[in-house]
Amino acid sequence: MSESDDKIRCDACPVMCYIRPGLTGACDRYANEDGRLVRVDPHVLLDATLSHGGRVAPFAQDAENWGGEIVGAPTFVTAIGAGTTYPDYKPAPFIVSAKVDGVDMVTVVTEGIYSYCGVKLKIDTDRHLGAECATVRADGEPVGHVTTGEYGSQMLSLGGVNHLTHGAKKEGRVTCQTLLDLCNGKPVELAVDGGASLIVEAGKPPIVNGAREHRMRVGCGSATIGMFARQWHGKVDEVVVVDDHITGVLSEHQAGKLLGARDTGIRMKGRRSTPGRYFHVAEPGAGWGGTNVSNPLEIVAGFNPKAAWPGMTMLMVSTTGEQHAFYRLDEALKPIECELPESLRESVERISENCEPALCTVLFMAGAGGSLRAGVTENPVRLTRSVRQSLTTVTVGGAPVYVWPGGGITFMVDVSLLPRDAFGYVPTPAIVAPIEFTLRLEDYAALGGHIDEVRALEDVIARHGERATNVFLDGVIDRAPKSRRV
Amino acid sequence: MNARAQNVALPDGRRHFHDGPIDLILEAFGDRREVEAAYEAAARRFAGILDELCAELPLLRRPLASPPQGAVALRMARAVAPFQQTHFLTPMAAVAGAVAEEVLAAMVGAARLERAFVNNGGDIALHLSAAEIFQIGMVGRPDQPSLFGRATISAFDEARGVATSGWRGRSFSLGIADAVTVLAPTAAMADAAATLIANAVDLGDHPAIKRMPARRIDPQSDLGDRPVTRGVGALSPAEIDTALGFGAGEAERFRRLGLIEAAALRLGERTLLVGADASLYKQRAVSVSERSHAPG
Repeated sequence: MSESDDKIRCDACPVMCYIRPGLTGACDRYANEDGRLVRVDPHVLLDATLSHGGRVAPFAQDAENWGGEIVGAPTFVTAIGAGTTYPDYKPAPFIVSAKVDGVDMVTVVTEGIYSYCGVKLKIDTDRHLGAECATVRADGEPVGHVTTGEYGSQMLSLGGVNHLTHGAKKEGRVTCQTLLDLCNGKPVELAVDGGASLIVEAGKPPIVNGAREHRMRVGCGSATIGMFARQWHGKVDEVVVVDDHITGVLSEHQAGKLLGARDTGIRMKGRRSTPGRYFHVAEPGAGWGGTNVSNPLEIVAGFNPKAAWPGMTMLMVSTTGEQHAFYRLDEALKPIECELPESLRESVERISENCEPALCTVLFMAGAGGSLRAGVTENPVRLTRSVRQSLTTVTVGGAPVYVWPGGGITFMVDVSLLPRDAFGYVPTPAIVAPIEFTLRLEDYAALGGHIDEVRALEDVIARHGERATNVFLDGVIDRAPKSRRV
Repeated sequence: MNARAQNVALPDGRRHFHDGPIDLILEAFGDRREVEAAYEAAARRFAGILDELCAELPLLRRPLASPPQGAVALRMARAVAPFQQTHFLTPMAAVAGAVAEEVLAAMVGAARLERAFVNNGGDIALHLSAAEIFQIGMVGRPDQPSLFGRATISAFDEARGVATSGWRGRSFSLGIADAVTVLAPTAAMADAAATLIANAVDLGDHPAIKRMPARRIDPQSDLGDRPVTRGVGALSPAEIDTALGFGAGEAERFRRLGLIEAAALRLGERTLLVGADASLYKQRAVSVSERSHAPG
């Protein structure tokens, strides 16, 4: 035979393919990379982690005596897994097997698998992005909805099985692409029904209606009063912190009262919650403090002449300090805007200074119900219990996850902790993400693991023909399996 | 199950079986207990299939000389035999369809089902009881999944197999068709016929077509040094029609021999149908409808 020597023989299954460099075997799952047999999908991730300067935990210096504690995060230990990280599917093109348009099945030259998932998107902004429950669209297709407003941020829930597979065909495809891009750290353009248009990207400031956010608010209007009351006291008679959620008024606020602030007779619009705290002073919008107000005096109904006095001073400031105005009441108790005194400038700047950078953060959320567990153990529920009891650590591409209490293994992971392009997709449509289970060997045996597949680390290293998953030595990835050469 | 084989319930109720290079998506319809029994039987049968096949792999990678042993191998051999008179073909040309058939047979043998399918990477075996139908969507390119047409198969049709072949797929093709979908009496026959019809969709020595000896890519390929298609550049509409015409001629010949029921040939934005309107009966029974335009 005149075959060159660089093909390798894969022993992942009895087909025992000979694989040429740069190509995959019949399964499309194992490939020959520079003479070594590699798993096409998950192996790539760890190299990427390293190339991005990510941390990986050294494994196996003392593996026999490992007590099962978490050795560091992100941790990625798979040599005692089932010989696989799962799902082990090539991103694409791999399959089409969706039920679409009343079609029972789809025939195409190749076939593979699916997943259940979505992302929770936290957008640090006070601007009004849309009403709660409003539909969020990408490319005109519904891909999620606005959910709760949180501290200084607005949450969006995108994806999930209902958009991925229960909607129209295009809806599923666009949803899948949106999730994939967000998870892989790419910018995505979204539009909220009756709300804002957004450009979001994990780890970057959001762009709302074309304007890039810079800062998170320091707190709600009331909290801001609480934080800065002491710095304002004695330098200004009244301070109004404009906020779409809770606008704060110094003279009425408990913090002002404690400092002995004098009643200013200010009358606010909106609904008073407790003294010095006002809801609904305006409509939500892209103006001051997440309201639709561009002239802050619009939220002041007037001043009670019995309490207010000519020459009284008032600072109005937004919760990020980005907007501020200083007023002095004239003889008719009408506020006239004046230059901000130097003595107050510092407090305004301090509000800005205390605001954290506004970011978009993306948590990938997925349920590893039946499918995944079967690859790990023959008795899947034991894996779930094992995760519950913290005997098994779950990681995604080496990143730590939060596992939801309750049934199944439903987890959330910060996508920024994964290597870039760690996520793939199949046209089902569904997202493909790596996941690893780490546990002690005896626990693995106890939960019905594929114990026959487990190899001692030394064996793996000693026997180049052996197949296993990634092995770390002194923090360096040894990309086992090194397949025997032919 | 052997240690490798995976059996996964998909969220919509279908099952996904995986072992080595085999991925099956299957679903049974009927009484719940019958369906469960069918899945169990399918899983039991599936567990041994890859090892059985691999035991005879060297034999199956050559044009058939002596009958093989395994049940799946026999299905492969039977399916390719009628084509071997005129074409170079090894039993491997029917492997995907034969596996689908074998698993389906296990399901139907173990339970009373209204209908069922086993889809092995696009090569599909069907079971239909009275009055039931299946709607099959056809996809031209795996990298740009969109339907270019549909086929409806009813219990009254002879077709119980559907297969698709094309150079963009996982198996090698000697031709340039994006996809050739065939309806045939069995999945293994559909598989073999789709391979040959897709091979026939060709333009010979055309500068836009890149080919490479099969063994340069897969050292064990049953195609040996035969040039397999690795890339197809821009073709004129006339060239596309010419190439599809060659394939349609082959398909029509197979149809007259009773080897296939119908075929849909796809290249670029063009689709050619064979056997969709052969007779009034067939027209009612096997309808392959083309969409006016393919999205995407």
